[in-house]
Amino acid sequence: MLNRTADSVARATPEPLARKVRGISDKGLAWLFISPTILLLLAINIFPLFWAIYLSFTNFRANRPNEVVKNLGFANYQRILGDQDIWIAMQTTAHFVFWTILLQTLIGFTLAWLIDRKFRGHAFWTTIILVPMMLSPAVVGNFWRFLYEPQIGLFAYAISFVTRIPPTDIQMLSNVELAPWSIIIVDTWMWTPYVMLICLAGLRSIPEYIYEAAEVDRASNWRQFWSITLPMALPFIMLAVLFRGIENFKMFDMVNLLTGGGPGSTTEVASITLKRQAFESWRTGYSSAFAIILFVAVFGLANIYVKALNKVKQR
Amino acid sequence: MSLTTAHSVVAPSGTAKGIAGTIIVAYALISIVPLLWIFATSFKTPPDSIAYPPKIVFQPSIEGYCNLFTTRTRQTPEYINSLGPATGFCDETVRKRNMVIAGPSNFLPRFVNSLIIAFGSTFCAVFLGTLSAYGFSRFKVPLADDLLFFILSTRFMPPIAVAIPIYLMYRELGLSDTALGMILLYTAVNVSLAVWLLKGFIDEIPREYEEAAMIDGYTRLQAFWRTVLPQATTGIAATAIFCLIFAWNEYAFAALLTSGTAQTAPPFIPTIIGEGGQDWPAVAAGTTIFLVPILVFTILLRKQLLRGITFGAVRK
Repeated sequence: MLNRTADSVARATPEPLARKVRGISDKGLAWLFISPTILLLLAINIFPLFWAIYLSFTNFRANRPNEVVKNLGFANYQRILGDQDIWIAMQTTAHFVFWTILLQTLIGFTLAWLIDRKFRGHAFWTTIILVPMMLSPAVVGNFWRFLYEPQIGLFAYAISFVTRIPPTDIQMLSNVELAPWSIIIVDTWMWTPYVMLICLAGLRSIPEYIYEAAEVDRASNWRQFWSITLPMALPFIMLAVLFRGIENFKMFDMVNLLTGGGPGSTTEVASITLKRQAFESWRTGYSSAFAIILFVAVFGLANIYVKALNKVKQR
Repeated sequence: MSLTTAHSVVAPSGTAKGIAGTIIVAYALISIVPLLWIFATSFKTPPDSIAYPPKIVFQPSIEGYCNLFTTRTRQTPEYINSLGPATGFCDETVRKRNMVIAGPSNFLPRFVNSLIIAFGSTFCAVFLGTLSAYGFSRFKVPLADDLLFFILSTRFMPPIAVAIPIYLMYRELGLSDTALGMILLYTAVNVSLAVWLLKGFIDEIPREYEEAAMIDGYTRLQAFWRTVLPQATTGIAATAIFCLIFAWNEYAFAALLTSGTAQTAPPFIPTIIGEGGQDWPAVAAGTTIFLVPILVFTILLRKQLLRGITFGAVRK
């Protein structure tokens, strides 16, 4: 009603005065509010992305900026798809992503399910469990090198205490077999709380009356778990899995500090390969092409994620 | 409300609660051992830190903190004896190891860089994010869903992939290794989180408040300033802390794009070395100082944590 009054007043008054009465139009204000963010993202994210796409078709090297840049067409992409090292890096990444997600989902869901029993002090202990995921993966990952030290490291000592294997034999970071597991352990330690927290929200979203109805129908606890708890928490579990999947697909900081991709290239996940190609071998064009391929892969995951997110929101 | 109260008919039995509680407490205790070990190591002397078996009981010392904040040079005992009396605890400790303090280390400037960059980028991201979130929440923006997805999708790019062109761009613009460059970059990364989180918070504020304010003669802008912002303070504070934590913890961009004057603490801490390898008490001391603010924030944030880590997708 009053909006209409304001409108009629605005229409009746001359232009500059009208603007004063109504302030900026809603449409103008909307764009005024949104455009700075869009502009910033265009400058810092989208412009560099297009630059990277351009570079991916060239033989440009960032350490030789004055050399003539040659257009290679799709040669970089072809070479990447035929590059043995890239495929090994993708396999290493897949191994890392698969095991971290599997362990984090299993442990995370179990912890959430236990916390949902609401024993005394559960809120306090939940907060304690959440602490590792808030910390810097780089700084804490770096300290895990110390925990992993054979003999003097606490991790090796604890394992040898339990298994009676001499601590000098527990070479988590330099043994080819163990190194991939060393990064999986740290990642699982850090991010299980994340999965747990989302699963807990899922479990708490299940209305109590469904369990009451099941109880009336004399459904066993086992049956209730499989037909109520798990299906109803599933969208949340999926959300956690997708978030962790995307994050671990891009994993760089923790692995870079813990193993640096070594020994050899046994823990060289995609981001480490990319860093070595781009900032150590300075094959800027080639690594840009690899970066674009990773973009496309992550973008595919992101799309799935948004669909799952909408599903969760619809509930 | 009813979701958070215990299941009445189906409440877990006492035994079930006991078993669940025991497992959770055991997991919690084991999972914080690495953090307690960081804290303990920061108060060990270098020989104690590398003792076998690892020392759980030890004589506390602040040598790690001394080493963190200073650089030291080895000197002959004659030279050290020729000096005047030690000026403090650190001086005395260092001299016992046949060394003298040569000057301050880079830790403090790196820590200050972290503060400047984290707070600067958080302020910018929350400022831009609040405006955009309000725009998306209250107005019919054409292609709103696409724009929101675009804003979120920038978060999915692998940092190293983004760093290649940013590195070249910053080299051209003279932003390499500058605090301004890092603030811009972190703002761009954080603004996506800020928009998504704040849109959720602002969506929850009833529109009636603004409409009432506008009937009272406020313009849209005044209504935003006087009614929406005060009600969104909790959401804005939570969002700011999430942005702060991200910027504080970030390593990949910092390691690739800064090396000297603008380097932050995360790439610096791993480079702390003593004689004959990593000086673990000093690293642990740096790590402890670095982690304390985050611990405080985590406790402050625990009610909003879920929302923050899922970009507002899951709300309690």
